[in-house]
Amino acid sequence: MPAEKPLYALTGLELLGLIKQKKTGIADILESQSLRTKAVEEKVKAFARFTDNTASGIPIAVKDNICIQGQPTTCASKILENFIPPYDATVIQRLKKAGFIIQGQTNMDEFAFGSSCENSAFFPTRNPWNPDCVPGGSSGGSAAAVAADEAIWALGSDTGGSIRQPASFCGVVGLKPTYGRVSRYGLIAFASSLDQIGPLTKDVRDSAYLTNIISGYDPNDSTSLNLPVGDYLKSLEKDIKGIKIGVPKEYFSLSGDGELEGLDREVKEAVREAIAQLRKLGAEVSEVSLPHTEYAVAVYYIVATAEASSNLARFDGVQYGLRVRSADNLIAMYKKTRQAGFGPEAKRRIILGTYVLSHGYYEAYYVRALKVRALIARDFTEVFKEYDCIVTPTSPTTAFRLGEKLENPLAMYLSDVYTISANLAGVPAISVPCGSSKAGLPIGLQITAKAFDEEMLFRVAYNYEQATLWHKMKPNL
Amino acid sequence: MIISKDDVQKVANLARIELNQEELNLFSGQLESVLEFIEKLKKADVSSIQPMSHILDIQWFDCAHHGNVLRADVLRESLPNALALKNAPESLKGHFRVPKVIE
Repeated sequence: MPAEKPLYALTGLELLGLIKQKKTGIADILESQSLRTKAVEEKVKAFARFTDNTASGIPIAVKDNICIQGQPTTCASKILENFIPPYDATVIQRLKKAGFIIQGQTNMDEFAFGSSCENSAFFPTRNPWNPDCVPGGSSGGSAAAVAADEAIWALGSDTGGSIRQPASFCGVVGLKPTYGRVSRYGLIAFASSLDQIGPLTKDVRDSAYLTNIISGYDPNDSTSLNLPVGDYLKSLEKDIKGIKIGVPKEYFSLSGDGELEGLDREVKEAVREAIAQLRKLGAEVSEVSLPHTEYAVAVYYIVATAEASSNLARFDGVQYGLRVRSADNLIAMYKKTRQAGFGPEAKRRIILGTYVLSHGYYEAYYVRALKVRALIARDFTEVFKEYDCIVTPTSPTTAFRLGEKLENPLAMYLSDVYTISANLAGVPAISVPCGSSKAGLPIGLQITAKAFDEEMLFRVAYNYEQATLWHKMKPNL
Repeated sequence: MIISKDDVQKVANLARIELNQEELNLFSGQLESVLEFIEKLKKADVSSIQPMSHILDIQWFDCAHHGNVLRADVLRESLPNALALKNAPESLKGHFRVPKVIE
């Protein structure tokens, strides 16, 4: 291990190794991290708030939509500005039991509605590689904190790519586990049939380590599955000779049709090179087809907004959060509270979701979307009958500039075109760094596996990572 | 046009969100373009397909527990009343307090 590296720049498992060898202690790590944060946070703005910790432990950053007992948890919204959860989310309980402390809560798009972190009610987070660019979203604060070495590792949540796309934009590793793998108890719900919590880390080993800690059955989440959790660190030891990898042709033929931005040439080349590298490592790569890919974004923005409109009905000024007091009756209080408390993207999504569920439109939009969702899920089932994993770009472009897509919600939605399908199909997917554009912005490679085969993801991702140097690159801050 | 300003106003009312004129104008245009994009779902052949509301509906794995699993219905500690009310904007005698509902 290079001794000249400051502690804050090391990975979680490197630090745990040093602690075990008594070469460093928690106090030294916290001090190094605090100096780093003082030096760069003003430029990055990754955190919504920091935590005053009385306990000692390995620090981790947590997205501001995961409940922490006694700490404000706001989803970067005005409506929950003063909300203090009376309990810990299951993932927080698991982390605390494993010796972690929460260093702070990271900025995000309000209620996880967005792909750029610009929809935060507080402030936008900047991409550590270029402050004029977005870090991606909605877990943009978590990705930026890890990329800027302000956090060793972080948790995010992923409903349509909200862990993987910011991981790709910031050059870190981001995993969306299988639906049902990690308990969502205490995650403030966005779209309940899609949401999953997952780690954002500096490398694949750290991702495997954290996934082992947060995974497993939880009676408090009715969608949590009682299936054995693999030993994910162990899965890194295997090579990938003979592994069958599918490359879906639809993801590479994405053209700039109408609103849809095409696949960026530099991203395409980087992913092609990554595929060549996987071949060199012994994987068998062939072209496959996911024929219903073109419908994924449309299905998503019906299903996700419908569920969001229902989940966000609870923010009505009665049980918690903001209440506008000028109203003289209950209905007026609801309306004024929700007008003042929600940002524009939350309002748009709630209105769209209410519309597709409303009488006369329900069949045409919502039920049809659920049927097409079944077709998209079936595409994956078919491919995984013959293949171990699927490899694609994580995002069609590198990080875009602040403000570029803010006035055009549809353009923003389309930046999730490659990540949405994994949520619709419930399968696990990981983004790992696989290149850098001429402008110096990171590019991400997405690997998708069948349900509950996180071992395969980690195995392929780790073998690729160890054969390349992309994960070692750091932004100049 | 798929969605009119009147429609947006009506739906906002259903969703209990008050909109000002500026928001109404902005959202109507933006929702129109999103709905236009969504129209492409009409092309998909779903004639023999069952709607999938939940990913655990389908069986990709051999597992005794699929779909929603409810925890055992046994008595256990719940959030104490005072703690449950702690985040409430207004409470009275152990209840959430709201503006007058009945005239």
